[in-house]
Amino acid sequence: MTPQTTPQMSPDDNLDIQSTHQSETILWLAQRISAMVLAVCILVHLGTIIYAVQGGLSAAEIIGRVGGSEAWLAFYVTFVLAITVHAPIGLRAILNEMTKLSRKRVDLLCFIGAVMLAYLGLKVAIRFYNLGVVS
Amino acid sequence: MKASHRNHPNYWAFVLHRVSGILLALFLPVHFQVLYLAIKKADVFDGFLHWAEMPLVKLAETVLVVLLAAHLTGGLRLLAVEFLPWRDGQKTVVALTGGASLVIGLVYLLNAA
Repeated sequence: MTPQTTPQMSPDDNLDIQSTHQSETILWLAQRISAMVLAVCILVHLGTIIYAVQGGLSAAEIIGRVGGSEAWLAFYVTFVLAITVHAPIGLRAILNEMTKLSRKRVDLLCFIGAVMLAYLGLKVAIRFYNLGVVS
Repeated sequence: MKASHRNHPNYWAFVLHRVSGILLALFLPVHFQVLYLAIKKADVFDGFLHWAEMPLVKLAETVLVVLLAAHLTGGLRLLAVEFLPWRDGQKTVVALTGGASLVIGLVYLLNAA
């Protein structure tokens, strides 16, 4: 018979597991809360898409609609920030489940993705707003 | 005969939610960059919009709208499963989310064409 070995857990390991559980719970909740925000944003976005596409789109038409409007700026900033939270957490779960990448590497990739989405999205939202501001 | 777990609408709803999520996440940076063109080079952007008038591109846009609508309705279904009391008839809900997504896609196509 081969001797059975049971893995010994130090108090530090226990703390690690606890903090992992806690961060997973926070990410899970962040994913759901951002989903609720996104549900409203996407309904508005789909409505806008269907309205704006009538008669064709142009740069001038988009700038005329959203430029200088605080309400649209607030909407798009909220939209981009909710996406920044939602999409990387979803991709993280998929990458952890379906690839052999280490968890640390997946976390890093998703963090970079989140920063990129926030940068690109907020840049567009703010620049569009500024184009309509009469100085 | 052993029934496969894949032979169930909820499994396909899960696949659609995952695939639409990945595709939308990949599309987003492109979407933001194209919009940035409207600010930096309006003539290039309008040229791009002219290119987007082609039927095949319109069809691709419609698929994107359906993917967005499917991720929205599928996501609402998931939130209901997780946060509301359990209800029977989950297959019906899956059918409704699929139907709603296709209707939204059709409304887009009718307005864009």
